[in-house]
Amino acid sequence: MRIVSSWGRLNMDEHDVITINDSDKVAEIIGENGRSGLAYGMGRSYGDVCLNSGGRLWDMSGLDHFMEFDDDTGHLTCEAGVLLRDIQRLVIPRGWILPVTPGTQIVTVGGAIACDVHGKSHHIHGSFGNHVKRIKIIRTNGEIIDCGPNERSDWFAATVGGIGLTGIIVQAEIQLQRVVGPWLDAETIPYADLNEFFSLSDESGKNWENTVAWIDCLTGKGRGLFMRGNTANTEYRQKPKEYKLTMPFEPPISLVNGLSLRLFNMAYYNLNKMRAKRSIVYYETFFYPLDNILEWNRMYGARGFFQYQSVVPRNVGQDAVQAMLKEIENSGTGSFLAVLKTFGDRPSVGMMSFPRSGVTLALDFPNRRDRTHKLFSRIDDIVREAGGCIYLAKDACMPRDLFESGYPRLTEFLKYRDPGISSGLSRRLIGN
Amino acid sequence: MNGKKKIVIVGATSAIAEQCARLWVQSKPIALTLIARDTQKTGTIVTDLQIRSPQSNINIIYTDFLNPKKIKETVEKISASGKIDIALIAHGSLPEQSSCQDDLQTCWYALEVNGSSPALWAEAFAQHMEKNNHGTIALIGSVAGDRGRKSNYVYGAAKGLVARYAQGLQHRFAGTAVNIVLIKPGPTDTPMTANLKRQGAKLSPAEDVAKKIVNDINFGKKIVYTPRKWWLIMMVVRHLPSFIFNKMNI
Repeated sequence: MRIVSSWGRLNMDEHDVITINDSDKVAEIIGENGRSGLAYGMGRSYGDVCLNSGGRLWDMSGLDHFMEFDDDTGHLTCEAGVLLRDIQRLVIPRGWILPVTPGTQIVTVGGAIACDVHGKSHHIHGSFGNHVKRIKIIRTNGEIIDCGPNERSDWFAATVGGIGLTGIIVQAEIQLQRVVGPWLDAETIPYADLNEFFSLSDESGKNWENTVAWIDCLTGKGRGLFMRGNTANTEYRQKPKEYKLTMPFEPPISLVNGLSLRLFNMAYYNLNKMRAKRSIVYYETFFYPLDNILEWNRMYGARGFFQYQSVVPRNVGQDAVQAMLKEIENSGTGSFLAVLKTFGDRPSVGMMSFPRSGVTLALDFPNRRDRTHKLFSRIDDIVREAGGCIYLAKDACMPRDLFESGYPRLTEFLKYRDPGISSGLSRRLIGN
Repeated sequence: MNGKKKIVIVGATSAIAEQCARLWVQSKPIALTLIARDTQKTGTIVTDLQIRSPQSNINIIYTDFLNPKKIKETVEKISASGKIDIALIAHGSLPEQSSCQDDLQTCWYALEVNGSSPALWAEAFAQHMEKNNHGTIALIGSVAGDRGRKSNYVYGAAKGLVARYAQGLQHRFAGTAVNIVLIKPGPTDTPMTANLKRQGAKLSPAEDVAKKIVNDINFGKKIVYTPRKWWLIMMVVRHLPSFIFNKMNI
């Protein structure tokens, strides 16, 4: 048994971790009778969606082989433990790129499908599942299911965004997108309030492939920095030197607190406002700015942290986000990791996918127990009222009614569950 | 082979070797020969490497790792097509210490596959490299070879043999253009150590271990501890007086 925690480090529980290195042995390993299990990749989700406290975790990171790549069509087949980072490094020099990646590239393909992750390009490209052509899953009863948008599409819809509960994803085929090179033409624009954010977002939606905004969660008005970028056809440039910093220890209490947050946000906003500009940026710097700081999640101290990410429909979006910011301002808690983005209208393929048309707000909160939970229940009310929902890959504590109203296809999804698979999240929100 | 670096890996399915192979093919196209045991599956590994580097020439040879004649033949066959630049000898298997104590056949096999076999491969490559006065032989030993411990002295003794063999080769090739590198990984996260991992041992990622190996082979280091902290740890372990050491449950 070993201690495994998710990215939020809220719980440090023992798991029976079984490494899977050989795709031919998956059926045998997961079919072994006993406690239920759950596929585990890089543990980058925040709450308990990747945990199975006291039970088994099947570590999939050893299934990391590329199986087929066609330079002409951009069709890639690989095992589920391959990292998005390794895909990008392989295909970008050959003129292809993953159309959708989240804010970290240190996630596995299997995890990206199971959470149907989204990124800065959602308004153009939708979510990760929109680019998956085929998935191979193995169930704990040994059944092998090959599925895709046109083949056993019900299984496909259940598995994309299905948080690993339909079977073990062992292989996937992904359609990549053409790209001219690793550089982006990027622009940072300060905005003073949500009105400005929404007009920037609307204006950028058509001509910018990637948009995202940092938001200062403490000012209430919602000032921040809007970032947008398009791939740039620029001549060869020296790629930025790779540097890695590590958060060397876990401080006993969170380094992110009311004071440090106020100082950081003020400095960050004003510095960037001063030098707001257009520049050519390397893709890793633009898409995955935190990947160079290893174990940054330790900065929230021993109690860990929550990430709260909701999406609310666009027509009520501005009021809802405003109301959430007001609550957060009143509570004086939060973090500088706060992100606001407008999702596009492209429907997600998964029954349980999170991305949907609207506006999404993601915020980190150091775990201050009761205080944090009280704040969450006030924000939950706003999300509920607005007809929104909370992202399962981030969630650690949403109430069941909000889960059920936010994921209306739940009953349909449950028919595809593998009875030998269970997670902390499934037990908390579904009951088994 | 039109100027491509020629690299041979003995033990194609070793997780550390596979990570080294990825780093090599990704840095520039090479001519890579992988040597695997007859019984092993290598298809996914070769396909993966070929996708990572379509311009590399990758071929695979299956042979018996415990047969001196076959080892010699294999190395001769590979060297017939040109000078070998790097030979990485990476194969091994981690036996259960208690099984080795209970069953001499298991014990013998563990000693052979982790000790004599790598030494024979090294000897065969040495002959070829001596002739060309060119090349690097890198052997994967282990920190377990630094001092015998009750929990795994069979594996440790075999790896100790590898260490002494490498030392001898280093002496033999001193002042020549042939390099001998002895690598001593600490416990690494590989299929070989899956049981240790399940019991909760903290292991280094094979990718990190491989990075250091590839880097230090480039620099022609003689002895490589990876991760580096194991140099210090083993320095202490080697020098503990036995009246203390023998009381420790390690």
